[in-house]
Amino acid sequence: MDTIYALASAQGRAGISVIRVSGSQAHGSAARLMADVPQARVAATRVLRVDNGDILDHALVLRFDGPGSFTGEDVMEYHIHGSISVQQALLNWLSQQPGHRLAEPGEFTRRAMENGRLDLAQVEGLADLIDAETEAQRKQAVRVFSGALGERVEAWRSKLIRAAALLEATIDFADEDVPVDVTPEVTELLTAVEGDLDREIRGSFVAERIRSGFEVAIVGPPNAGKSTLLNRLAGREAAITSDIAGTTRDVIEVRMDINGLPISFLDTAGLRDSTDEVEVIGVARAMERAEAADLRVFLTTDPDDLPLVPKEIDIILTPKVDLTTDLNSGISGKTGQGVDELLAGISEIFSEKVAQSGSATHARHRSAMLQTKDLLVETQRTLSQGSAAYDIAAEDLRTAIRALEALVGRIGVETLLNEIFASFCLGK
Amino acid sequence: MKHFDVVVIGGGHAGTEAAHAAARMGVRTALVTMSESDIGVMSCNPAIGGLGKGHLVREIDALDGVMARVADKAGIQFRLLNRRKGPAVQGPRAQADRDVYRHTMLAETRAQSNLAIVTGEVVDFRVKGGAIAGVVLKDGTQLEATRVILTSGTFLRGVVHIGDIARSGGRFGEEASVRLAERIDDFGLPLGRLKTGTPPRLDGRTIRWDLLEDQPGDDDPTFFSFLTRETSARQVSCGITHTNELTHQIIRENLERSAMYGGHIDGVGPRYCPSIEDKIVRFADKDSHQIFLEPEGLKSDLIYPNGISTSLPQDVQESYVRSIYGLEQAVIVQPGYAIEYDYVDPRALDATLALPTVKGLYLAGQVNGTTGYEEAAAQGMVAGLNAARDVQGGEPVIFSRSDSYIGVMVDDLTTRGVTEPYRMFTSRAEFRLSLRVDNADQRLTPTGITLGCVGQRRSEVLEDKMARLDSGRHALSEQTFTPSQVSAVGIRINQDGSKRTGMQLLAFPDVSFAEIERLDPRFSAIDGEIQRQLEREALYANYIERQQRDIEALRRDEAHVIPTDFDFAALNGLSSELRAKLTTTRPGSLAQAARIDGMTPAALTLILARLRQRSGKQSA
Ligand SMILES: Cc1cc2nc3c(=O)[nH]c(=O)nc-3n(C[C@H](O)[C@H](O)[C@H](O)COP(=O)(O)OP(=O)(O)OC[C@H]3O[C@@H](n4cnc5c(N)ncnc54)[C@H](O)[C@@H]3O)c2cc1C
Repeated sequence: MDTIYALASAQGRAGISVIRVSGSQAHGSAARLMADVPQARVAATRVLRVDNGDILDHALVLRFDGPGSFTGEDVMEYHIHGSISVQQALLNWLSQQPGHRLAEPGEFTRRAMENGRLDLAQVEGLADLIDAETEAQRKQAVRVFSGALGERVEAWRSKLIRAAALLEATIDFADEDVPVDVTPEVTELLTAVEGDLDREIRGSFVAERIRSGFEVAIVGPPNAGKSTLLNRLAGREAAITSDIAGTTRDVIEVRMDINGLPISFLDTAGLRDSTDEVEVIGVARAMERAEAADLRVFLTTDPDDLPLVPKEIDIILTPKVDLTTDLNSGISGKTGQGVDELLAGISEIFSEKVAQSGSATHARHRSAMLQTKDLLVETQRTLSQGSAAYDIAAEDLRTAIRALEALVGRIGVETLLNEIFASFCLGK
Repeated sequence: MKHFDVVVIGGGHAGTEAAHAAARMGVRTALVTMSESDIGVMSCNPAIGGLGKGHLVREIDALDGVMARVADKAGIQFRLLNRRKGPAVQGPRAQADRDVYRHTMLAETRAQSNLAIVTGEVVDFRVKGGAIAGVVLKDGTQLEATRVILTSGTFLRGVVHIGDIARSGGRFGEEASVRLAERIDDFGLPLGRLKTGTPPRLDGRTIRWDLLEDQPGDDDPTFFSFLTRETSARQVSCGITHTNELTHQIIRENLERSAMYGGHIDGVGPRYCPSIEDKIVRFADKDSHQIFLEPEGLKSDLIYPNGISTSLPQDVQESYVRSIYGLEQAVIVQPGYAIEYDYVDPRALDATLALPTVKGLYLAGQVNGTTGYEEAAAQGMVAGLNAARDVQGGEPVIFSRSDSYIGVMVDDLTTRGVTEPYRMFTSRAEFRLSLRVDNADQRLTPTGITLGCVGQRRSEVLEDKMARLDSGRHALSEQTFTPSQVSAVGIRINQDGSKRTGMQLLAFPDVSFAEIERLDPRFSAIDGEIQRQLEREALYANYIERQQRDIEALRRDEAHVIPTDFDFAALNGLSSELRAKLTTTRPGSLAQAARIDGMTPAALTLILARLRQRSGKQSA
């Protein structure tokens, strides 16, 4: 049986996080992570090192021997420092250990149940677990499909279904009018998905995001006080400020640490129609950067006339409140009025983002994508042996699709058959 | 009144296999058929086997069933499909002489001990206290039995359509079982409607064979039965021709006269077996479709033109047939037709194909929404074994997705139901690489021996094969070879220093037995059959190991049997949607529950918890 692991404590940043590993390989992987695995049921601190000797964390480590554990199997508990990057690093390392995989929701409980380790009160608690699981699944599905990833996931799904259907058609309908050699088309489909997965995997590391920082674009018409605000935030003259509209042609970046989160503020060129060639380029670039940023702070006196369509999380403020009488919803780079509130708001938005998009969901997505990619590479290798090995290639691809199902939902045989029947005229 | 343990209604493919299985198990069995000449009738094309279907036939044979033996006797052209692909996806297929098939099946049925053939039409069930007690025939005869297997095929409210003419009938020229259908209504079973079709039959003497391409059988025929060694009948070829633009034009112009397109049929047809009308409408850009001209028998002039099944009126059938190359003068002996019939939603059945709501009643074959002789026969096997087992008071015989295509089919039917006539494909079997035609005996015969449905001869043949296989496997595993030893005999290999066994070397894609024989003269002593079998095992060894974990998980879940009186409605915490699905499907095990759409791990844990609680109470 697979050894399973998961973050056992709450998601997101915390003082301490607990990662639990259960199964026959749990002690084996522990032995690779530390010099000596402590005695059962005795808490001990250990230095966790990954394979190249780099230190991952100093952790409090607990070992339980089956059947005397929560699940009834061999268990390890790692109490690590609660930063997201440390959690990610350990979860990643575990995902690469043989026989290990991320636990399904409720799987620890399921194993405990199987092994007779749950009492009736705990069983009653399962009802809540089902609710939570259903809700989490719904949210995850909505998040994947409505987010930027959605379209790509949909494209992978249809490409893999198509590829599998091609292989299966040559197998199950060999005595009918179907193409004999489908390798070129299957290869093309798989290569495309592999490339996409690669890009997505690279982009998915929250830790990396945390290193490079979140981007906040300050957007507004020329002379709205964007640069002054940036200077106030930075505490130094980062952008050139003057009263002549259109001074800031390039995008200027200032990095800050707000409550532990690295955030880059972008001062964009004043967004307006211009005839100055250099400024036109500047405006275009500003638009692009502002669109791509994680958050936009609009400085405008007229919320109905914005140069970009604000997204739900964006902040809209009246600039230069020092010049008006409306003291409540505005900000002034000059006097610093409203700046603390702005920073607090930004910090809250990103903390929430980190907590939400972090750990479980992301780790699950990434491990699904990594596994899928490896299996697609395997499939391509088998495909190169020609149609005599289509049965094995189809098996590789089936496993790949199953790995991706964590992301895209179930692709059953019926889906493949639908594709086959839609593509080929079958039936003698 | 006559007394039996098991009565089987219908002598089609499901019925004969069910009756034989029960009789082999040693219980008193009756097979009720409208007439003796209905036994073993092939309603459609004169062929057995194919991809997925060939697997089913081999599995039937592994349990000592009749279909494989009879098909080998009747085979007039044998072909192993996917010969150039991996052994896991190869499937034996044969054209069968219709008359020989029927006669051989009848002779086998007469010869089977514990089995009586009763002619008559079943019009009613005898029911006592909610349980089946026997059947009543049209002439008033009563048969007593506490287990009844219904295998009435397309005869429940069957309607035959030719163009706009529709009449009630179970098959062309045969009456439907109207009274039985009414009786079944009383049981309140969930019914659905399906359709299927068949092409016109041609007079072979009016076909220009000299103009047509022919398709011969294989030089070294692959048989269905593990016990068959040679062909019985003379071998022949099939012919091949094609439809053309004119054929398509004729059909297109007459579409509204087709029963299917004229709105006369509501049932859903199989997409993998479309009518020629369907092909032309759905794939309008194809200007030609292949037709196989299959002889119906050595002594028969009838030809089955595979590929042009239809429900157009007879005059249109004639003109499109005659537009086809080589068929310009062809005479239609029997027109093509479509048939609509009732089926019982198989989700109402448990994994033994019994109806939990009517004790003692089993359903097998096309009546469960499947299509094909092999699918029908395999279900007959399941129902026959289980009915007999139940009489004897033994544990039910449950086939698993991990041990057989039979298990895959029964599970698909009973957990997912059908939306079109269900046919087996190899892609339905997730453990396809281990469920091969070459090891059906290894997989199932031991079970059959334990059950007592396998004869002496087969046990001996298997025992002998297993002994040779074990010693071959042993010879290939006990000794390891260094990379330099291996390359010395001409096998390309990485000089990575790791020693490998003969089995491991055989797993390399381009290494066959001929190469490793040079490593050790003792390998040559292994006989050819076992060499091939070891090659096949080695080829998939890595994958099968990988699947083993999935198989174990599945077996664990299958071991958690959910009793038929389990109250899903009383489970607290399930969403109402899941609860509704569980209540209609009534999964028989945790494994079946897991395959229901939208099932979550936590919900499974909850079911498991409740099961545990129950068993705790019972043992307390
Ligand atoms: C027109 C047509 C076209 C088909 N086309 C295809 C195809 O293209 N491909 C394919 O794979 N399969 C096809 N089939 C299906 C295939 O023939 C069946 O799936 C298979 O024969 C089903 O076997 P069975 O044992 O369930 O039923 P059947 O073989 O139909 O046997 C049923 C038997 O039950 C008997 N019976 C019914 N009612 C009673 C009663 N009340 N009392 C006593 N006896 C009774 C009947 O006389 C009959 O002998 C077709 C079938 C038909 C009719």
